[in-house]
Amino acid sequence: MTTSSSLALTLPELILSIGAMALLMVAAYGGDRLTKPIGWAAVALFGAAALALLGPAGHGGVAFDGLYRADAFAAFAKLLIYVAAAVSVLIAPGYFARHATLRAEYPVLILLSAVGMGMMVSAGDLLTLYVGLELQSLAAYVLASFMRRDTRSAEAGLKYFVLGALASGILLYGISLLYGFTGTTAFEGVAVGFAGGLSVGELFGLVFVLAGLAFKISAVPFHMWTPDVYEGSPTPVTAFFASAPKVAAMALLVRVAVEAMGPATESWRQIIIFAALASTILGGVAAIGQTNIKRLLAYSSINNVGFALMGLVPGTAAGVSAVLTYMTVYVVMTLGSFLCVLRMRTADGAQVEDIAALSGLSRTRPALAAALAIFMFSLAGIPPLFGFWPKFVVFDAVVEIGLWPLAAIGIATSVIGAYYYLKIVKTMYFDEPAPAFAAADSKVENGLIALSAIAVSPLGYLAIPLLGAVTLNAARALF
Amino acid sequence: MGTELIQTIAFYLFASLVIASGALTIVARNPVHSVLWLILAFFNAAGLMLLVGAEFIAMLLVIVYVGAVAVLFLFVVMMLDIDFAELRAGFAQYLPFGMLLVIVLAAEMIFAVAAWNAGGVEFAQRLAPTPSEVPNIQALGTLIYTRYLYIFEGAGLVLLVALIGAIVLTHRKRGDVRVQNVTRQNMRRPEEAIRKVDAPVGQGVQL
Repeated sequence: MTTSSSLALTLPELILSIGAMALLMVAAYGGDRLTKPIGWAAVALFGAAALALLGPAGHGGVAFDGLYRADAFAAFAKLLIYVAAAVSVLIAPGYFARHATLRAEYPVLILLSAVGMGMMVSAGDLLTLYVGLELQSLAAYVLASFMRRDTRSAEAGLKYFVLGALASGILLYGISLLYGFTGTTAFEGVAVGFAGGLSVGELFGLVFVLAGLAFKISAVPFHMWTPDVYEGSPTPVTAFFASAPKVAAMALLVRVAVEAMGPATESWRQIIIFAALASTILGGVAAIGQTNIKRLLAYSSINNVGFALMGLVPGTAAGVSAVLTYMTVYVVMTLGSFLCVLRMRTADGAQVEDIAALSGLSRTRPALAAALAIFMFSLAGIPPLFGFWPKFVVFDAVVEIGLWPLAAIGIATSVIGAYYYLKIVKTMYFDEPAPAFAAADSKVENGLIALSAIAVSPLGYLAIPLLGAVTLNAARALF
Repeated sequence: MGTELIQTIAFYLFASLVIASGALTIVARNPVHSVLWLILAFFNAAGLMLLVGAEFIAMLLVIVYVGAVAVLFLFVVMMLDIDFAELRAGFAQYLPFGMLLVIVLAAEMIFAVAAWNAGGVEFAQRLAPTPSEVPNIQALGTLIYTRYLYIFEGAGLVLLVALIGAIVLTHRKRGDVRVQNVTRQNMRRPEEAIRKVDAPVGQGVQL
């Protein structure tokens, strides 16, 4: 395989990285007043990269001697990532302009972060995995403290950076153990090393790598940073954190578990089961006492990651397809919820994050209340809404291999989680009205809220045949 | 048999000292001391690299890390208020310990040289054996720019993000400073800048 044919397979990453560098030049010379055009250019680049997935980059096989995988699984994850990243770019200018921190580097950083995420989901080697993860994380640390004059934002960035560096260290230690004991960093080589049973060193390597990746998807017990970082970061950045990097890290975890550690499924299964159960339980219970909507959504994301992890437990194509289905619907629900949070601002433009401020929203802003109610019902997994479907396929995959106790506990924690989602709905519909929020000033935001609300409404069930076929096709690429 | 023994001794010497000095880096109360322990840890890690036949990485560790730490150390010494008279006060008291460190380092170097002469350790499982006829640095160069080109470029992007991040988080426009205006400087003509003075003999120049 020549370098040029390898480069053709990495076309999405090439488009995004060259585009990011060009836009960086524009930003450097044009200044911050060009933020909006740069943002639209970034969205166009995401579109172009997504179109490139239709070509050989979507199903072309292996590039750079196995360092890079251009298969259907990576293509599906990338599509989700690009959509989520594009939405995060679109919703940002209004928010940052209100806080007088509009900076032209924001879209560029999101683009570079997306390059890193593309590297992650296409990784075929532990080295690619690490470089992609670092690229994504480093951009994320900067984005978290993007409003550097705001102490909470600076704190979020610092916290994320220190804990992220620790997680990277853990991951690297695991990688070095795997390399030392299997003699290679390539996924299929590691799988060959695992095939004859695990040595103690390999087991340690497996545990450390999984721990490092669990940090990135904020699965319990590596979730502590999530509420603080989500609360402190600027809201568009939080929306980004809760969507695109979660998909990338989850897809990466699935690929590592199946491709590199496939022969050791029995060994990692118990770890994933523990992380899944702990995440759903803690995410459900700890969210109950929250008064800040961003913290609440942080716990909600921990809870959701737990459910998605359950899909990985069987280690089958059906399970992986369930994970992808779950992440797809989760991204839509989460982006929709954060879009609603962005709309929570008082008449003078100040952002509010208190759940109490939502009181009586149904009377002051009925459309917004209806949209948020749809997202909350959907996150709770209440049947007529589309949020029920991914939970169903995940539990279905788990029951198929006979692990019905896991599914039973999952359903129980889902009920606990429903309590706080429904509490928000109750606050909006049955409490005395609080002062009304400012009127919407962005057609893009309104359109995105409406679009995501329709996607998770019962109309979403029409997409099931398509979604099921695409995710199954993507999952089969791994096996 | 003899070469294996010396390699084994060298390995355990280096490995135990890496761990010990790593632990001391964390527990040392004085930041200067912990920096010194860190340097010792790097030296020993370099020794381990030498043992596996990666002489380029060993040299890199010493030059980059120890060099960087030495610069950092200089900064610390320059910026902190350290009383050198007080530092020297315990010289005689710490002399035995210092001598011990000197002996350990000297022994390490001798072992490293001996182990190096005995040849690199061969791992039981290594899919990519180190080629014996090309030097390390050449082998690394051919791999980095061909097989690992993708990761190399990725690492370049990571550095670019670090650069953007540093500027985004720290750069601000200040209105209260006078900055250099290169265009104005270049536009300036000699007649604006130079004043010809007719200085009569014996009276000096009036400025």
